[in-house]
Amino acid sequence: MISDRPAGTGVIIVTLLLAALLEVVPLPASIDWVRPEWMLLVLVYWVLSLPHRIGVLWGFFVGLYHDVLVGTTLGQWGLATALGAFVMLAAYKRMRVFTALQQCAVVFLLVGTVSLLAFLVQESVGRTLYPPYTILYSSVTSALLWRPVCAALRWVQLRFLVR
Amino acid sequence: MVAPAKPSYRLIIALVLAVIMMVLDQRTPWAAPVRHALGYLTAPIHYLAHLPVDSGEWLSEQTQSRGTLLDENRRLQRQALILEQKVQRLAVLEAENVRLRELLNSSADLDANVLVAEIIGVDPDPNRQEIVINKGAGDNVSRGQAVLDSQGLIGQVVDAGPLSSRVLLITDASHAMSVQVNRNGVRAVLAGVGQSSGLKLLYVPDTADIQEGDLLVSTGLGQLYPRGYPVASVTSVNHQAGTPFAHIAARPTAQLDRASHVLLVQPTQTPVRAPTPAEADNDQ
Repeated sequence: MISDRPAGTGVIIVTLLLAALLEVVPLPASIDWVRPEWMLLVLVYWVLSLPHRIGVLWGFFVGLYHDVLVGTTLGQWGLATALGAFVMLAAYKRMRVFTALQQCAVVFLLVGTVSLLAFLVQESVGRTLYPPYTILYSSVTSALLWRPVCAALRWVQLRFLVR
Repeated sequence: MVAPAKPSYRLIIALVLAVIMMVLDQRTPWAAPVRHALGYLTAPIHYLAHLPVDSGEWLSEQTQSRGTLLDENRRLQRQALILEQKVQRLAVLEAENVRLRELLNSSADLDANVLVAEIIGVDPDPNRQEIVINKGAGDNVSRGQAVLDSQGLIGQVVDAGPLSSRVLLITDASHAMSVQVNRNGVRAVLAGVGQSSGLKLLYVPDTADIQEGDLLVSTGLGQLYPRGYPVASVTSVNHQAGTPFAHIAARPTAQLDRASHVLLVQPTQTPVRAPTPAEADNDQ
């Protein structure tokens, strides 16, 4: 069927780049603690809505881009984000029937797990200073922002006919 | 639809690739091309994130009154006059210094080339103290270059991308450098503590002559930083009975959290080679 042909890859990339912009936009140091993982949120949305197209390898390359963007060890976020995409790919059917609160809880766990993986790699190269529970702050804000991000991206998906 | 087993194969491929990249990035220079290529795509994001600051500056420049500009012009002219007067003395002192160094048979300090860059990004991760500047490999920035502002040392380039570079600040917890007290030449290791205004001196014996307010300058040991630039001033010296070393805190002289423009120093000095035995014999 012609209408099932994939479309809107450019739109997906643009939303991911906008998320990248939000990742590095300068903020006061105290707010840096609660900066959500924008790229991960946007990736999770696309995995959930287009699981047949956006998967583990997208996760890997988005993570790799994140690595170069913020200057971490190459592959640190690549590994973590690929795993995050894999988990979402396994759970997308359940996520679709979850209530908003349940979805937020899953996003909280996912962002926490992915950040913890990245943290472990960063720890092993000796570039961490604060204890690992500090990643909870950004996981909480990511979970709180999940619904707004979801709504915004749904509008984008419908507006630009991404499928 | 994709067969159910496929994502796990892809996951294994991604994990293996990621681990290989991590090892290559940490242990070898071979991951640099990947980082360099992706740098073309990440630099525009940093430039874009900096755009509001840039346009704000442009706007305030455009709307300044003639009176303010005239005032600023007069102030800068006075400042230039004072600096020129200081430079006059510097030329004489430099020549004298070179002559004295020749007498001592040591190599002369050469002038360094300087490149001005603008800070366009700050690392969002509180664990690390890094900044992004708007000059890259295309402007002859290279890894290991020293970065200063008008007040003192800021850090070193750790990753020269194609259009932008990352600078590791001296306050990063993983950074340490050799400094000496300007007053008496006592050498010590200056390490960051991970906060933009904090530095500490490591392994300083309790008896060392370091006082509050002492200026710490770079020694050039390690051949990474140029010699003789101010780095930090000592803010507190604590002698605690029962600990082997003195606790000495310092504050960077550079305005790490306020500077908007930095200078990249390209040392023209070639590394000093150890003399061969034949040359050593000739000298005698």
